[in-house]
Amino acid sequence: MLEVKSLSKSFDGFKAVNNANLDVRKGEIVAVIGPNGAGKTTLFNLITGILKPDSGTVHFRGENITGLPSYEICRKRISRSFQVVNIFPRLTVFENVQVSILSRERRTWNLFTPSSKLAVEETNRILESVGLVQKKDRTTALLSHGDRKVLEIAMALGGDPEFLILDEPTAGMAPEETVRCIDLVKHLSEKLGLTILFCEHDMEIVFGIADRIMVMVRGATIVQGSCDEVRCNEAVQEAYLGGSDVCLM
Amino acid sequence: MLKGMLEGRGRIWWAAIIILMFLLPFILPRFYLYLLSIILLTGLLATSLNLVLGYGGIFQFHHAVFYGAGAYGTALILTKTGLSPWVSFIVGPLVSAALGLIIGWICIRLSKLYFAMLQISLGSLVWIIVYRWYSFTGGDDGIHGIPLPDILSSSNNAYYFTLIVTLICLFAMYKIVKSPFGSTLQGMRDNPVRCEMIGINVKRQQLLALMIAGFFAGVAGSLFVVVDNTVFPDMLFWTLSLEICIMCLLGGWFTFLGPMLGAAIIIALRTFVSTYTTYWALVLGILMALVIFFLPNGVLGYIEEKIKKGFIEPVIKE
Repeated sequence: MLEVKSLSKSFDGFKAVNNANLDVRKGEIVAVIGPNGAGKTTLFNLITGILKPDSGTVHFRGENITGLPSYEICRKRISRSFQVVNIFPRLTVFENVQVSILSRERRTWNLFTPSSKLAVEETNRILESVGLVQKKDRTTALLSHGDRKVLEIAMALGGDPEFLILDEPTAGMAPEETVRCIDLVKHLSEKLGLTILFCEHDMEIVFGIADRIMVMVRGATIVQGSCDEVRCNEAVQEAYLGGSDVCLM
Repeated sequence: MLKGMLEGRGRIWWAAIIILMFLLPFILPRFYLYLLSIILLTGLLATSLNLVLGYGGIFQFHHAVFYGAGAYGTALILTKTGLSPWVSFIVGPLVSAALGLIIGWICIRLSKLYFAMLQISLGSLVWIIVYRWYSFTGGDDGIHGIPLPDILSSSNNAYYFTLIVTLICLFAMYKIVKSPFGSTLQGMRDNPVRCEMIGINVKRQQLLALMIAGFFAGVAGSLFVVVDNTVFPDMLFWTLSLEICIMCLLGGWFTFLGPMLGAAIIIALRTFVSTYTTYWALVLGILMALVIFFLPNGVLGYIEEKIKKGFIEPVIKE
């Protein structure tokens, strides 16, 4: 479904992503792992058009989407959430998700129909599915960190995606919020059939929900395979444990 | 707050205010009607700026250029062509919208302060053309004694025309703020990167907002021609733009009617305080400092906040 080939991006000579390769099949949950600064977020930014790559290609469902602007990539039903919470702080929870749906429905140039009458049912349904419907009238600035991260996922769902990219979805969450978030990701995969690409530092989560794992070190893909293939891979042990022969997880 | 005021008994209040405004020509002397007309059209101008500044987060720091363009567009058609005067009231705002598109198209590739600086530069370029082109725009003298249709020549009728057009424009802008376009505009103000990532073409959306704001600023400019029978280059000068920004800030730039209130406060101050002292700007300066320290969301923003917390709720509900 998604195919990344030899993707590279430098900033002032620093190779943030250097020959990254990745393929994700329909319906899979794929995790990208790597030490801090490995280039995971930059890779996601390159896939979603926030950054333009220096070289390499990104294909989605066979179509070359390399370097397309973010809004066009989103319209191809790729949605994402961000590592640092990225929402509309002055709008309510409901409006945050509603704007996303209105955008998908191409109603953003509609000047005179009241927003309050549009996409209400779908917005409520999405908020219900992520457990935020009780807080829908709150301004998002007043939400807890965990709720804001979940709201990010809800906004991504407003785009009715086939492919969902989650950048550290549980970062900074309390343990009970983490459990809720992981259950949500599993639900999205199993019940809605979404293909999910995510990065995460918590190995328990990664090995718990990922079908396959891609490991990045210093911007490059060092291995991509099933959990078992990655767990005891020598290159991965070298990157994470400094050459110890202890398997991950 | 506004939503609340447009429902139930709030509607009665609004109807009462509007009826009172229609009755004012029977009570007020001519000077005060003129003053009220200027407050209305300047409030309309400030509200049009707030559409892009407060709701859109776009640093449109030279908005007066669209006001002047609308006024000159109307004045030039009235003085130099044989077209119907009513055509000029349409063409003026359209000229402003077109200018909004051109300046916006050039500036939109930049953001925040860079956008503001380029916009001030291009706006000043338009001002200098108007200021120097004596044969066409009247140069620094401007254009005076602009012929108006007979129906608008009395001050009462000019006031009614200004009141009706301002109310229509405010209603249209309110509908826009509450529309999907308005929602996405506020989303872009809060977080343009996120907007792109939910499929919104931010630049195109901002460009439409700049055109709409330019159009309504042009309407305010055309109304000035009706009220004052004159146009002059200072209408496009950057100091006026600054004054409109202050009106938004003072009234409350996250509120719909805040800019109108800000316009009323500043024009009233300028008119009444300047009869006592030539240093009226000093009073404005002190007022601004107090507002920034104590009411960062502006006067109306402060009132709305109090209503939300329930302090003033009973009064509004009545």
